[in-house]
Amino acid sequence: MFALEVHNLRKEFFRRDATRTRGRKRRRRVAALEGVTFTMERGECVAILGQNGSGKSTLVRLLSTLLLPDGGSASIFGHDVVKESRPVQRLVNRVSVEASFFKKMSSEENLAYASRFYGMPPSATKTAIPEILERVGFPVGRRHEGMEHLSRGMQQKVALARALLTSPVLLLLDEPTTGLDPRSKLEVQDFIRDVWASHDATILLCTHDLREAEVLADRVGILDRGRLIALDSADVLKEEFEAETLEEAFFAATGRTFEDEKDEDAERGVFA
Amino acid sequence: MRDAAATMRSEFIGLYGMVERNWYLIKRYAWWEIAFFFWTAANTLTIVFIAKGVEATGGKIDIDKLTTVLLIGAVMWSYLGIVFELLIETVAWERWEGTIEYTFMAPLTRATHLLGTGIFAIGYGIVRASIVFVAIAAFFGLHMPNANFATALVLIAVASVSFVGIGMMTAVLPLISPEKGTQFGYVAQGLMLVVSGVYYPVTVLPAFMQWIAKISPATYALRGERSAILDGATVGQVWGDIWPMVIIGVISVPLGIWVFRRGELHAKRHGKLKRSG
Repeated sequence: MFALEVHNLRKEFFRRDATRTRGRKRRRRVAALEGVTFTMERGECVAILGQNGSGKSTLVRLLSTLLLPDGGSASIFGHDVVKESRPVQRLVNRVSVEASFFKKMSSEENLAYASRFYGMPPSATKTAIPEILERVGFPVGRRHEGMEHLSRGMQQKVALARALLTSPVLLLLDEPTTGLDPRSKLEVQDFIRDVWASHDATILLCTHDLREAEVLADRVGILDRGRLIALDSADVLKEEFEAETLEEAFFAATGRTFEDEKDEDAERGVFA
Repeated sequence: MRDAAATMRSEFIGLYGMVERNWYLIKRYAWWEIAFFFWTAANTLTIVFIAKGVEATGGKIDIDKLTTVLLIGAVMWSYLGIVFELLIETVAWERWEGTIEYTFMAPLTRATHLLGTGIFAIGYGIVRASIVFVAIAAFFGLHMPNANFATALVLIAVASVSFVGIGMMTAVLPLISPEKGTQFGYVAQGLMLVVSGVYYPVTVLPAFMQWIAKISPATYALRGERSAILDGATVGQVWGDIWPMVIIGVISVPLGIWVFRRGELHAKRHGKLKRSG
């Protein structure tokens, strides 16, 4: 059984246009994901590379049961994300680009809140929270401070702790290091590597950091304008596209560089 | 059997988690809570002073009775406001903080999620409304020699079930409209009270509003509370106000959960279940 099986997954959003037809604003279809198909083995780490608006976050949100697909299917350890959302929710957790916490509450309170939804009583979190915070390199003595007093890097470590506290079998990482300073970025990457090695976790890492993808993942996928146009190990991708670097391979596959974002991408980014 | 017990245990822990989180937030925003308390008290005073105003302008009334009638209406308004506000914040606050995605992807039934907030809202609302009631009553030196507070408490407890059910329906509004949904919840609260005789007998309303009053739990709650506090009515004597609230509660809670689920599916279809702000 695959850890993750995605077949012909499709998601589109409608956007109201500024232009009017017969006095009414026109609605335009924006495809966030189009026919995405891939599988992941248990214990594998796959990185999905893509620019802003390429559909990475839409993919993560579909797998997290936060979006309903318009077509195709996705299953996690055999459970369909739409029809069997509850078992899927027990298996999955995620870290996104925004740490997202109740800012006035402390890290301990935020973690306690998140863990209750996964059936962890106060007796279990009393010891589990300091332990997990220590593991992610968070100064345990500061766990009673409000989140608003913590740096962005610290907040992201708490976000990692939140995801790991519930022992997910599939970990969805949606640009977990974006916006972090270089030191925090390395710490988070080290921790991801450590979790991957020590946990029985399968990791789907969505990123636009080429180096991060190359260093952390078994296979790298290229998602361009909602389409998964390549998925293989970094070395095979470089060979396939006759490129020296992954960046060159990305350029060869998509016909553009990471910096080469078009208006269309920005528009898609609103949804994705 | 064991699976069912484990699921049940997990749901109870989730329910506790909602209550616990709201308690944390109240503690962290303690100074704001005090400020809001004074705002509620000031609001209540502006209503309750109307009785004194009528007397001052030459009207002949039983000033103590009218003051108590208005006080009950104003306190019920503030109580309903707290319950609706906390339920609407189930979505609105989480959307603003960005935690909404983590909460809605967790393996917890929406019923437990909403009921957890509802239970906290009832407890917190009763405590805050009681303090306002006692403070304003003391301010006016009101005597309520016949008051039956046990009956009053039973009435508010029964009414709260339907208030939570209706509150769940309004809680869905920020899911459908992130920009205006929260405000529309307050509109629903106002509409409910205007037909329920909040500061006047329902009989003064036009016929169509009196008909709507029949399906509002606030109508029975206000009438029952006034009987209990002014006339010392027992639970048996206000049974005529209790049973309609029980029926409305039995219908409104499952209906509220169903409406919220529909809104959640709409949000999942259109990508609205995400951070804003």
